[in-house]
Amino acid sequence: MKNKQSWIDQRFPLTKVFNEHLAEYYTPRNFNLWYFFGGLAMLMLGMQLLTGIFLTMHYKPDSAYAFASVEYIMRDVEWGWLIRYLHSVGASAFFVVIYLHMFRALLYGSYKGPRELIWILGMLLYVALMAEAFFGYVLPWGQMSFWGAQVIISLFGSVPVIGPDLLVWLLGDYAVGDAALNRFFSLHVIALPLILVVLVFLHIVALHTVGSNNPDGIEIKKNKDNDGIPKDGIPFHPYYTVKDIMGVVAFLWLLCAVVFYAPALNGYFLEHANFIEANPLKTPEHIAPLWYLTPFYSVLRAIPPMFGSQFPGVLAMGAAILILFALPWLDRSPVKSIRYRSPIYKWVLGVFVISFIMLGWLGVQPVTPLNALLARVFTALYFAFFILMPWYTSIGKTKEVPERVAG
Amino acid sequence: MKTNTILNLALSLIVISFNVHAASKAHLDHADTDISNTASLQNGAKLFMNYCSGCHAISFMRYNRIGKDLGLSDELVAENLMFAGNKPGETITTAMPEDAAAKWFGVMPPDLSLVARSKGTDWIYTYLRSFYEDESRIFGVNNPVLVNASMPDVLWSLKQGQSEVEFDQNVRDITNFLDYVGEPSKLIRLKLGKWVLLFLGILFILAYLLKKEYWKDVKYGIWRPRD
Repeated sequence: MKNKQSWIDQRFPLTKVFNEHLAEYYTPRNFNLWYFFGGLAMLMLGMQLLTGIFLTMHYKPDSAYAFASVEYIMRDVEWGWLIRYLHSVGASAFFVVIYLHMFRALLYGSYKGPRELIWILGMLLYVALMAEAFFGYVLPWGQMSFWGAQVIISLFGSVPVIGPDLLVWLLGDYAVGDAALNRFFSLHVIALPLILVVLVFLHIVALHTVGSNNPDGIEIKKNKDNDGIPKDGIPFHPYYTVKDIMGVVAFLWLLCAVVFYAPALNGYFLEHANFIEANPLKTPEHIAPLWYLTPFYSVLRAIPPMFGSQFPGVLAMGAAILILFALPWLDRSPVKSIRYRSPIYKWVLGVFVISFIMLGWLGVQPVTPLNALLARVFTALYFAFFILMPWYTSIGKTKEVPERVAG
Repeated sequence: MKTNTILNLALSLIVISFNVHAASKAHLDHADTDISNTASLQNGAKLFMNYCSGCHAISFMRYNRIGKDLGLSDELVAENLMFAGNKPGETITTAMPEDAAAKWFGVMPPDLSLVARSKGTDWIYTYLRSFYEDESRIFGVNNPVLVNASMPDVLWSLKQGQSEVEFDQNVRDITNFLDYVGEPSKLIRLKLGKWVLLFLGILFILAYLLKKEYWKDVKYGIWRPRD
């Protein structure tokens, strides 16, 4: 064993990489529940890739056969139903994990210096993941696949001047149809997975360069012992590997509870109307994207058309996503963690979370005058969280951050 | 079945249970079907093939899959469910030509493979029991669940000579069968689920104990970097 190891080490830095990134990678010892989600996100990426490989073996990216091929997977392919449900529930679970992972960053100020680049890479991952999920949702070629694609793609048509041409260029046709389905399939199974894998790699390289933040928001590297090891750090392996295994099993339990007992989750993970094959002549009564995109869909709908164009709404939706990138520079607080932030910040964060959830909820509701008003109010609050951040993070009394991590 | 119900309930509560079903304005009765009830599925299959399959295909479903899942031999399936002389491995289509259907009903009767998934069991159960006389319609009946449906009350003859309870049970069986047809793997999914969760539950205990053992080092501060 030792021989083989050195044989490889002379040719590839296996032991070095293992030590640098696991056995001698020092991690704050005070991680709590919120720190499971990064690892779980990687697990979900792996699961989606693996189940996706098998789905691709049986799925037909052809508007005449796509819908039936998914049902073929559900019925005639051995264990196809399980692979498909793991993939479809997995998509939603991926977003649950990612939203919790991002919220963790908000709680403990993980995006603040020196981790700005980790945040930027993470945001790129989030945007790529949304695109990946959107393309994936089109593939079963149900009514919601088709009409959801219709709505999202038509947003590009609202761009002034070049809109109509852009639309045709994107679709490869004058309407959503076979050409669009084929290119969405290609993007879903090749382009975006590649981008996701590369971004995850960069995200982790950046993380391992500066080291993890923690619930106290204390830089453990500022307190090292004589060997140059952070006093509050423990090696990632074995301590966090065994802890993450525990988290993975708990998470898989929840995932399997949904996969086996409520895979459609009452229309939230697989919409009812998506069990009807796409019909370009029959618009569904109510078109809504899947839950993980609905907050931004609400922002889109909240902005009324101006000068006969939907473009302002599209801009607002884009801004709602892009503004997240600026977070590291909007936050002026001297402390990172919510534990030492001012009470004002806690209130503001609470309002932001409520706004985001309400926008998500409104996104699946039909538009009524009251809903439209609420969507505007919560859209305003959503943007206020970011725009006013330089102000409210610089006022209010923060608590003193201790030298060493608690617990 | 009870654990399934509880789990379903808990999971729906997690998402605050806003039903995003395609909006249907009519009040729907609770179908109360039980997919683990094989006798009900067999009766539903028989009734479906006799009363519905003349017009409605369930083209994602194979005859012998029904036989396998409902405990019926190929011979029994051939005698009781296959009227068109198909082979057991074939999918269940309808002999009705599309242009004729368009002439008779104004539209081809829809394929019902996935109706339980798109409309829900309550919808099917209520719809089939809600026909009322309406002289203005071509078949003399109308339905509040699907207003001006171009479908006759095909279960009318079944209803004659049955008590309301008996008829409701028969409709429930058809609904149950369509629920099964919508997702045949549901039978194995529900059975398998508890074993998967039990396995993961036990694995969690082991994973927890492993973590606890390792983390004693951290808890008592006896972790030292390697030499």
